[in-house]
Amino acid sequence: MAKIAYQKLTDHSAFFWGLLGLHVLVIAAGLGAALYMEHHGHVVTGMSNQIVWGTPHVFAVFLIVAASGALNVASFSSVFNKLAYKPYARLSGVLAVALLLGGLAVLVLDLGRPDRLIVAMTTYNFRSIFAWNIYLYTGFIAVVALYLFVMMDRRVSRFSMPTRIVGGFAFFWRFALTTGTGAIFGFLIARDAYSSAIMPVLFIAASFLYGLAFTVLVLLTMSREVRHELISEDMLGKFRGLFILFALSVLYFTAVLHLTKLYAPGTRDVEAFLLRDGGIYTLVFWIGQIGIGLLLPLAILVFGSGRHAWRSVAIAAPLFLIGGVAQMYFTIIGGQAFPLSLFPGMEVSSSFHDGAVAQYWPSLPEVLLGLSGVSLAMVLTGVALKLLPFLPRPASV
Amino acid sequence: MSVKATDESRRTFLRSAAGMAATLLAPGVTLYAMGDAAAAETAPASAKVRWGLLIDAARCKDGCSACIDACSAAFGWKDTGHPETDPQWVRKVSAKNPETGAGFSVPVMCQHCANAPCVDVCPTGASFKRADGIVLVDRHICIGCRYCMMACPYKARSFVHEPVENPKPDAPRGKGTVEGCTLCVHRIDAGGIPHCVEACQAAGGAMLFGDLGDPSSEIAKRIATYRTTRIREDLRCNTGIYYANI
Repeated sequence: MAKIAYQKLTDHSAFFWGLLGLHVLVIAAGLGAALYMEHHGHVVTGMSNQIVWGTPHVFAVFLIVAASGALNVASFSSVFNKLAYKPYARLSGVLAVALLLGGLAVLVLDLGRPDRLIVAMTTYNFRSIFAWNIYLYTGFIAVVALYLFVMMDRRVSRFSMPTRIVGGFAFFWRFALTTGTGAIFGFLIARDAYSSAIMPVLFIAASFLYGLAFTVLVLLTMSREVRHELISEDMLGKFRGLFILFALSVLYFTAVLHLTKLYAPGTRDVEAFLLRDGGIYTLVFWIGQIGIGLLLPLAILVFGSGRHAWRSVAIAAPLFLIGGVAQMYFTIIGGQAFPLSLFPGMEVSSSFHDGAVAQYWPSLPEVLLGLSGVSLAMVLTGVALKLLPFLPRPASV
Repeated sequence: MSVKATDESRRTFLRSAAGMAATLLAPGVTLYAMGDAAAAETAPASAKVRWGLLIDAARCKDGCSACIDACSAAFGWKDTGHPETDPQWVRKVSAKNPETGAGFSVPVMCQHCANAPCVDVCPTGASFKRADGIVLVDRHICIGCRYCMMACPYKARSFVHEPVENPKPDAPRGKGTVEGCTLCVHRIDAGGIPHCVEACQAAGGAMLFGDLGDPSSEIAKRIATYRTTRIREDLRCNTGIYYANI
């Protein structure tokens, strides 16, 4: 295979500056929202002692899950030796780090005491999956940075072995990271909606889908910017096939999760709530995650092959991302809305809302903070693409 | 004239010296005078002790909120008109069997688990368990991530959503951190009993406090004699709060 040539972003269109400006505005609004929440306390959000994790967590977990998935394209090229993916490997690494930083920024700014970040970085309880995740997240950034170095350094990249070894390690690490993120929920023994070993696996399947959707969207946007198609027809077919495979995997693991919980009498109540009687959460699941986020893009991809492939991929990718946000909203907020079962089989009530379905409506500061994580990831990616040659030249794809 | 001046300065010196000695020695003398109570407060918690409560639902009267009122008054958490976000360190939970209609109402607070999920999940170790079984939050290293609230099976913890005005000396509370029942650890360490138990003894006597690890204690004897239940015993958290007649 001919040597792949890469490029930096040089000439910028009004579209690029407009997009960058929009993202910077959203980041500023997100920072303002975080300051507002920090000053007044979480009382100004929709969160409560019932719904303790709100919209910022929806975006943070979504971005962190997508981050590990964004590394897939690089892994295909160096771990599985699929050379067709190699031109996109650098972008895949950059995007993975940017998405992770976007998610982590939201997570930190939503803390009750974001000023104590240094405490979180220096005081650990190693029985906590959260503490492990701090290592998994910072480690991921370091491993991917090393991976980018061995791919890009002139001397090191002449040999294929360093890329394969570091790429393999990064592949292992991204599995550990998404397992850890899924386990945040899977380990919650008291919450009927969560406690399940399938959560990490479901999160891994979801990460493949959302990471690829982000990668494809950035490639499509950058194709416009460099005025050449960065995705060849052959690659478009490959991405289309992967999208179908990953979307079916998410559907499969989602079905297994809910069928398992429906089978056990102890968790039928929570399933009835989530899938049938949960109002907004039921709608978010069936219409948001399953309908708009999985079945519709699947149909578009299945029927949109051949000359329609480009358009079908371009429409399906954002739909998958909308479905991803819906999945996280349904999982995180819906799972908390169902009351804890203090006395199984009994009807309970109290002044502390025991036995009652929790009410939650996202506040503007929460939404702005959440969206600013996506914008931060996009701005970081844009700046990185301008500073170093991460994008393939059209002749190389 | 000069002799008088010397006497004056000597007297001033002696007065200052006596004052200084009193300032330096007084805390030690006070500590000595307080004896066992002060020593108990500074001694580390003992693993031989397992503090716990026994709550008898049959004696807990409907409508009685003596334990809640005492806790609220002692620690300063209260209704601020935001029921969704106001902290509640202890609340009365009413339960009814939908098939038979029979039910009960009992106070529920931190269950001071031996296998505490909140302690396991806390990333910084702010959520911790003392050797004597009391589960607490170290407000100095709580980052306000709320993972302990996600993990607690008993909804025992509250997040402080608003600035706290005039916190009590025995209850360091602060916006952006998580809090919950401390079992009145400051009173226990001084040889006392929790506020809720004290208030309940005056109101109906449904609550009994004691050392579960001491077979000769009243609480241990009662638990050994009568059938008791712990909330969500199936989760095997090994809680320190026992309930009778539920």
